[in-house]
Amino acid sequence: MGLLDQEFQNGGVIVTKLDDLINWARLSSMWPMTFGLACCAIEFMSAGTPLYDFDRFGITPRASPRQADVMVVAGTVTFKMADRVRRLYEQMAEPRYVISMGSCANCGGPYWEHGYHVVKGVDKIIPVDVYVPGCPPRPEALIGGFLKLQEKIRNESLMAPSALEKLMNKES
Amino acid sequence: MLKVLEILKANFPELILDESTSPVSISIPAIDLVAICQELYQNDQLYFDMLSCITGIDNGEEAGTMEVIYNLYSISNEQSVMLKVMLDRNKENEAMPSIPTVIHIWKTADWHEREIFDLLGIEFTNHPDLRRILMPADWEGHPLRKDYKDMERYRGMSVVYDRDEEATTTDK
Amino acid sequence: MATKIQYQFKKDNLINSVPTKYKESDLKSEEMLINIGPQHPSTHGVLRLEVITRGEVIKDVVPHLGYLHRCFEKHTESLAYNQIIPYVDRMDYLAAMNSEHAYAMGVEKMLGITEQIPKRVEYIRVLVAELNRIASHFVAVGTYGMDMGALTPFFWLMRDREHIMRLLEWASGARMLYNYIWVGGLFYDIPVGFEEKCLEFINYLKPKLVELDTVLLQNKIFIDRTANVGVLPMELAINYGVTGPILRASGLRLDLRKVDGYSVYPELDFDIPIGKGEMGQVGDCWDRTSVRVEEIHESIKIIEQCVKQLLGDHKRTKNFDPQALVPKKIRPKAGDYYTRAENPKGELGFFFRADGRSDKPLRCKARGPSFVNLSILPELAKGGMIADLVAVLGSIDIVLGEVDR
Repeated sequence: MGLLDQEFQNGGVIVTKLDDLINWARLSSMWPMTFGLACCAIEFMSAGTPLYDFDRFGITPRASPRQADVMVVAGTVTFKMADRVRRLYEQMAEPRYVISMGSCANCGGPYWEHGYHVVKGVDKIIPVDVYVPGCPPRPEALIGGFLKLQEKIRNESLMAPSALEKLMNKES
Repeated sequence: MLKVLEILKANFPELILDESTSPVSISIPAIDLVAICQELYQNDQLYFDMLSCITGIDNGEEAGTMEVIYNLYSISNEQSVMLKVMLDRNKENEAMPSIPTVIHIWKTADWHEREIFDLLGIEFTNHPDLRRILMPADWEGHPLRKDYKDMERYRGMSVVYDRDEEATTTDK
Repeated sequence: MATKIQYQFKKDNLINSVPTKYKESDLKSEEMLINIGPQHPSTHGVLRLEVITRGEVIKDVVPHLGYLHRCFEKHTESLAYNQIIPYVDRMDYLAAMNSEHAYAMGVEKMLGITEQIPKRVEYIRVLVAELNRIASHFVAVGTYGMDMGALTPFFWLMRDREHIMRLLEWASGARMLYNYIWVGGLFYDIPVGFEEKCLEFINYLKPKLVELDTVLLQNKIFIDRTANVGVLPMELAINYGVTGPILRASGLRLDLRKVDGYSVYPELDFDIPIGKGEMGQVGDCWDRTSVRVEEIHESIKIIEQCVKQLLGDHKRTKNFDPQALVPKKIRPKAGDYYTRAENPKGELGFFFRADGRSDKPLRCKARGPSFVNLSILPELAKGGMIADLVAVLGSIDIVLGEVDR
């Protein structure tokens, strides 16, 4: 689908799959919640600055979890913070996604061995969609993580799996 | 400065001067702490007006002692001194070792003493608000002690690194 | 995809882990307990403020810390001296070179090799430390402007900070957490052409600082929001142990680079800016921001002198090895040492206890400047309004990695 304002052949009518349309709408305007915890938060901020600029992908940070689509867990999650992470995740409205940014959020990072107060990976608290490795990941790596999440969203479907299976069986 | 510190020895006979550390250190018993600190703060030739750092050390079960070390700096005289206080370590079910607070002389001591209470389990008598500051309030144990064992689980999450561990809840 | 979620929910999880200091029964009828929680756009990280207000006027602020406590001191008890350097980076992640410099100086003092470090290594250390000081002040002033509502200086300063990060990435390999200054030397020598690029950057930066002054510091709205807000008298500052730009803004000309004279700072010529109360009283928020901007100018002077030395007397030679003095095994003699250095945020101190027998410290305590600086927040915010609380918190310039360690 090219730029919509150039498509005038069919009298301004587009025929597409509902899945494609909704997925395209969702992936083109992912609004992350500002959830910077530690050093990765600075790289998240740098990804918004003019040099790397995630705004061209439609990504705008929103402060409130009620208004956000994606939660970028940037930094080390500690046990004191774990309850709050869970509460913020549950305050987000569906469809919601989680990007685990940085080594500390993926698996505990450099603090895995002796860190008594560090949660060894944020996926012990909330389900994660994309993991971005690095310590800290470069802003380009974070944008790559967003693009990977976009790919994942592109393959989503509105129909429930069993209904989809029945449809596939009927077609074949 | 050393001459003045020698003069202090006249009033406090148990004071031991040690010039091998950097900066010069004085070892004192816990009962004399407040009196010596008042003297160091108010004496015109000494005038240690800034308390840089309070450190707590656990020497382990065999040595059976714990130490609290105060680092003082005099801005007008440009001198530093270290105060060392030795305390007895407590055994399993005894009360925590205690030491008087110096919060009425230097207000820096407030948070430093709370941190030492939190991480090492040394009680500061007469402190107005001795609560845990870095660890959650329902954490068990004092982490920087040499015989500290990690908790098994906190809120269901395993404290020690174990990536192959199974999930304990199945909600998504 | 198997879920690995282990978190178990109980209703009173949150109140059990961090109970508030004030309970319902402590409050009078017209007072409110407002929670400025760990996730908030203007708390500069995960800091929770429990605010008791009477209407809009604040009666008490109780900061709750520990949301980023990453057990630095426990790690130091199990790792060798040279393996601790990446963890030191991650404490104050905006000024990693300065933190590494302080730590490396401390261990070198313990080993007694301070006099033998080659001058070229010292000049390179000061050069990268001052570049990182400028970068740290950029973030401080930029995010402070953002808190006050001025978005433009934030983007301009981050754009300029990217140049510094690119320079430091060229020298050390990483953008933010470098692991560059090692005990006894450096990881790599600076690349060929680095000194010239530094000078180019300085020439590019000077007009940008004039722009920053016009758009932020002389801006009427910024002045109205920050002048006469959060005035910190000098005696109170010293009693609370506050150091760095905050103490200098309250009128005391104390800078550890001049007082202690460590590394090659005695050979360099720079001034120490203090707060003069130009827009309000001495020691208010405007003074603190203005001291930081003036320190950027002084850092530029230092960088120019360092580059001149690195291109002149201490030129690169063919067989210069920055790792020549890095000891294979670091085993200092037994004793207690306290080292301190001037970080962009204040006095970073390390207390070491070595036992003479092993290459791991027996105890290494980091005295983070932001931890001590944050303790004046209740004093400064009482009696003001909530908007003033945001102004005061931004001007104290904390980094939670250092507060919680």
